[in-house]
Amino acid sequence: MTKRRVIRNISITDLMRYRLPPPGLLSILHRASGALMFVALPVALWLFDLSLRSEAGYRQLRALASGWLVRIVVVLLAWALLHHLLAGIRYLALDLDLGMDRAAAHRSARIVMAVSLALTAWVAAILFGVL
Amino acid sequence: MSVGARRLVVGAHYGLGEWLIQRATAIVLVLYLIVLAVRVIASMPLDYNAWTAIFVPLWMKIATLIAWVALAYHAWIGMRDIWMDYVRATSLRMLLLLATILWLAACLAWAMQILWRV
Repeated sequence: MTKRRVIRNISITDLMRYRLPPPGLLSILHRASGALMFVALPVALWLFDLSLRSEAGYRQLRALASGWLVRIVVVLLAWALLHHLLAGIRYLALDLDLGMDRAAAHRSARIVMAVSLALTAWVAAILFGVL
Repeated sequence: MSVGARRLVVGAHYGLGEWLIQRATAIVLVLYLIVLAVRVIASMPLDYNAWTAIFVPLWMKIATLIAWVALAYHAWIGMRDIWMDYVRATSLRMLLLLATILWLAACLAWAMQILWRV
């Protein structure tokens, strides 16, 4: 009887030196950004509530947006949304058999990550008053 | 359906339904974001009155509610996958799955309350 090759998951200690290809990196960031937004849902709802509740609440929100910590959280969530959105559109394209070959998948993964970072930088520039 | 020589894939849904719903809800969310973005851009410069006016029409309330429902369902499938992948102790996994459902249901109820007060 021939022995079948044993394939195991990598150990958690291997994570730091395990080099993911671009589509793998995009995939785990898609998951991480989704989980981050799930945890931040009450924050989004709280901001939504505050913005619609009253004129004073709306002004309070504007004042909040001048705080450093709030700005950093908003930039992080903006990245999460942009990455998740663009990576998700890429997955929908893959579902339609578009860009399935290796080179194309690597290229599109790099493009998605670059574009989401660039748009996040744009959001950050607006928020921090650079633009 | 058989996959390969050794494995027979039969029985309970095997996640195909969830997989499909995750795509469908994703498309709903993209469409909603486009509608919201168009309405925000159309009401620039944005102040309190312009911002609330976006959510006043009934159709926008309904669209927003559908988007929140789609978001909750989409997030449920994603979180379900995460717990199933990483949490091996059944009791803890069940606890987290239940907590996820309660968390999302609470968020949904809150979203409705916010919307219908506008």
